[in-house]
Amino acid sequence: MTERIQLSGVSKDYPARGKGDPVHVLRDVDISVRAGEVYGLIGRSGAGKSTLLRMINGLEAPTEGRVLVDGVDVQALPPVELRTLRHSIGMVFQQFNLWNSRTVFSNIATPLKLAGWKDDEISRRVAELLDFVGLGGKAFARPRQLSGGQKQRVGIARAIAAKPSVLLADEATSALDPQTTTEIVDLLRSVNQEFGITIVVVTHEMDVMSQLADRVSILSDGDVVESGDIHQILARPQHPVTANLVGSYTRTFLSDDQRAELASSFAGRRISVAMDGAVAEGPLLSSLARIHEVDFSIIQGGVARVKNLPYGQLSLALHGEDAAVDRFVAALSTKTEVTTW
Amino acid sequence: MVSFDVLDLEVVIPKVARALGETLFMVSVAFFLASVIGLILGIFLYATRPGQLLHSRIVHTTLNIVVNTLRPIPFIILLIALTPLTRALIGTSIGPAAAILPLTIAASVGIARVAESNLVAVDPGVIEAAKSFGASPLHILFGFVVREAFGPLLLSLTFIFVALIDATAVAGAVGGGGLGNLALTYGYQRFDYAVMILIIIVLIALVQLVQFIGNRIARHFIDG
Repeated sequence: MTERIQLSGVSKDYPARGKGDPVHVLRDVDISVRAGEVYGLIGRSGAGKSTLLRMINGLEAPTEGRVLVDGVDVQALPPVELRTLRHSIGMVFQQFNLWNSRTVFSNIATPLKLAGWKDDEISRRVAELLDFVGLGGKAFARPRQLSGGQKQRVGIARAIAAKPSVLLADEATSALDPQTTTEIVDLLRSVNQEFGITIVVVTHEMDVMSQLADRVSILSDGDVVESGDIHQILARPQHPVTANLVGSYTRTFLSDDQRAELASSFAGRRISVAMDGAVAEGPLLSSLARIHEVDFSIIQGGVARVKNLPYGQLSLALHGEDAAVDRFVAALSTKTEVTTW
Repeated sequence: MVSFDVLDLEVVIPKVARALGETLFMVSVAFFLASVIGLILGIFLYATRPGQLLHSRIVHTTLNIVVNTLRPIPFIILLIALTPLTRALIGTSIGPAAAILPLTIAASVGIARVAESNLVAVDPGVIEAAKSFGASPLHILFGFVVREAFGPLLLSLTFIFVALIDATAVAGAVGGGGLGNLALTYGYQRFDYAVMILIIIVLIALVQLVQFIGNRIARHFIDG
């Protein structure tokens, strides 16, 4: 796969106000996005993810580092060429940012006009897009007459109108209710699958990320703390910030504080088992327990799936002879990640 | 002595009609000229703000000072102060034509200020979206910002139009003609309240009509 977007050594500082230190919004970020994938940037608000996203179409300039889109240095482009590049990078916004003085039709047609399409081509394309986003009857409605979900559908139709190779989604579902969020996530996924458009998604919602992204980077205070495949991130978060994000989403991970609290209620040896790979696919847990003559009770945990791959964590209290428990834990540790606490 | 004689309609109606014509003439010409000047000034006031397309502290500050100097002057004072200029430009300082210059100047700065605030009120997201789809700065200003502000701007212009009708009465006091002048002549100088009330009714009807039309057109641009 070719690299569509490459951010290398990207930093962004805002100059100091008064006598304070300059504010580091981003520090030495390296991310590369492959053609055709959905890449997620996740983190709390203020982590710098939106700033990073806006560098891809040149709405923000990095203080240091380079942003390449299809090998072109975005910062080095003169204004006219930057505007041409923007025709091939669509953008969807949290607050939709539709043009209220224009009809739905005209909102979707505007990027096409900007990209120099002919009128008859525009009409055909807009009709096609309205159909795709399921707003066939709303061509001459005004944005004010639409619900949030419908507004975002228009936003998406507008963003992909000029057949861009990249779509940037800046908290595209954050202003929507859960049901509508699912609809918009599905729509974004079909944008990716049907048209092969590379999507970069910024969100603070882990749920949206797990449904949408192929690979993700986790940002915290301007740093990328962890990057990887969505399944890997959900199954085996490495960095505490990631573990925290994933933990509060899946509710299967126990934090150190929770473990300390639970320890007194559960006698015997307590372990947490990463539930992915062999241990989640087969009857490994129960067969090992039988072989080693160990019983267990479940303290907390569960298994969920992302892209059909299992992930999660089970915390168990083990009962049996010490030696047997030792052998069980040792055998289990060869198959998956086990933490004793 | 206050007179409430029955209206001598045959005398009064032609006078009121003529005064109405003068008022409409003064207001329309001043409004048209002030709209052109005021909108240009307003767009410059907006576009020269920090971070905007033509941002220039010098131009913005200068325009601000001009607008802020002219706006607080009571219209009757402005009218009198401008007399030499009016005489030089129009040839006379009396009559409806002469009233147009001060009316235009007063309305221009008013329109400049309301236009600026309508433009500033446009959602920055609108600009960001236009930028992200590759619109040029000039296109963003006229094709998006001005366009989005147009509906509210029409309401502000309606307000200015009504204020101009009001101001013509002041112009009337120094010989500008029009309904205000006629009402003053009959009501204040001749104590003929019947004619004055008739003129008030005509003025109210005129303002209502203008406001109704303004609302209608603005709503078309705001709601579609």
